[in-house]
Amino acid sequence: MKILVPIKRAIDYNIKPRVNRNGDGVVTEGVKMSINPFDRIALEEAIQLRERGEAEEVIAVSIGVASTEQQLRNALAMGADRAVLLTTEQAVQPPLAARALLAIRAELDADLVLMGKQAIDDDANQTGQMLAGLWDRPQATFTSRLEVQSGWLNATREVDAGLETIAVELPAVVTADLRLNEPRLIKMPDIMKAKRKPLDERPLEALNLSMPAQLEVLSYETPPARQGGYRVESVGELVDELKQRGVI
Amino acid sequence: MGRTLIIAEHDGLNLNAATAKTLTAALAIDQPVDIAVLAADADVVAQAAASLKGVETVFRVERPENEHPLAAMLAPQIADLAAGYSHIFMPSTTYGKDVLPRVAALLEAPQVSDVMDVIDAHTFRRPIYAGNILTTVKAPTDCPVVATIRPASFAEAEASGNATIEAWQSDQTLPTHTRFEQLHSAQSDRPDLQSAKRVVSGGRGVGSAENFDVIFRIAERLDAAVGASRAAVDAGYVSNELQVGQTGKIVAPSLYLCFGISGAIQHLTGIKDANLIVAVNKDPEAPIFEVADIGLVGDLFEVIPELEAALSE
Repeated sequence: MKILVPIKRAIDYNIKPRVNRNGDGVVTEGVKMSINPFDRIALEEAIQLRERGEAEEVIAVSIGVASTEQQLRNALAMGADRAVLLTTEQAVQPPLAARALLAIRAELDADLVLMGKQAIDDDANQTGQMLAGLWDRPQATFTSRLEVQSGWLNATREVDAGLETIAVELPAVVTADLRLNEPRLIKMPDIMKAKRKPLDERPLEALNLSMPAQLEVLSYETPPARQGGYRVESVGELVDELKQRGVI
Repeated sequence: MGRTLIIAEHDGLNLNAATAKTLTAALAIDQPVDIAVLAADADVVAQAAASLKGVETVFRVERPENEHPLAAMLAPQIADLAAGYSHIFMPSTTYGKDVLPRVAALLEAPQVSDVMDVIDAHTFRRPIYAGNILTTVKAPTDCPVVATIRPASFAEAEASGNATIEAWQSDQTLPTHTRFEQLHSAQSDRPDLQSAKRVVSGGRGVGSAENFDVIFRIAERLDAAVGASRAAVDAGYVSNELQVGQTGKIVAPSLYLCFGISGAIQHLTGIKDANLIVAVNKDPEAPIFEVADIGLVGDLFEVIPELEAALSE
């Protein structure tokens, strides 16, 4: 089995993002960028599948600016075998990302696309599902447990009603939820080794995709902050307050 | 003139409240609204949907394959149903998030996720970066508007309507590559977390799964749903479906009462639409107090019995 792991470069999850002065973008200059955390979980799962002998190759793919090479080098250091970077200067929305992944999946003949359930920047939660729809193959979203069983996958999904298990036939798209695993830390020697792993970089335009319909982003704004209230000193005082406000 | 189709969320018997909230968002656009119920047997749910005020027609789309909500089965049927509609809405729950982008792909349309504000028929406001930033986006006018609606941002539509119910025949060949195996849910008679008027939550401070009983007890007393922080879920105190926060559920109750929750950003993201946040924590420096409307510094194991006693007076 060959696994394709899409990687998105996003503002590091420890950093509080800020709207720029014109309200037409989010400040990224001088801001630490990282692999989208859910994609790291997907990559870890793919590497573990290879380590268990279920997969032969793990290929990381990203679509973005040239400096996304950094995140792909990290993916290689974590354990991906090789990487593909489709470079573009434009903001890539899920319909375009899904079409690019569809094309690169076909080219590499991957059996499983294992990716994060959403990116923590646009929080769209769409690309995996769109890819599966365009490809006409199964999807297992929000996966927190994954098992391979003779050409099928058993995926346990974190849904609002609880934990749902579905079986999907390969080839398929799986999107990773938080509790699927804990991604390994990258060690120094791995970073050195990653420099020698193959990274195929080419322009996104080379895939000759027709541009799908997209959303027009009109503005960005900072939401009003919730103000803290006051403290009460006793349970009696608390109960009085709640009664007065009519919530109990 | 446009027309909106909402895909109902249900468990086969009950219409999920998120559907009525999605309807409220749909009615903000001045055009007719229909609801489709995809199920093995849609009878009861279709009637509940027909009682929502503002709905014209409810479609029963019944097939054995629709017994469980599998995106690969539902999406092609919804894409068929979507013909003639300018807008296709689903709630932004795990159900809508799973199914609708697949529908959007089949319709060759982009999707607006997590709509929190309907500005006009094509313009919507939505949160990004876990709600740290809001963005306003415009959907193209030459393809259907496909959107998931954030339940916490809209009130439930009233149940005083009387829509027509019609059967809709789906004769597509559906894929065999996806099978439902099982659903494991912690059975609970308590109100649903995402639609409850009151939510009582516990965090790491509760200390153990056994100790969580006190949270369940006080919740019962208040007829509240039970929630938990990610720390409490990760520590194994309660199951994941109770998790409130950025990676769990977004709640918007009139009262959010939390015990032993420090207030990590990812948790606060899930509760900031609550009308009243009340926090009890023994650490006076806990960040939760910065957002709580009412704070009480104290040991939850002392506060809860006192609270129970006070409530029974």
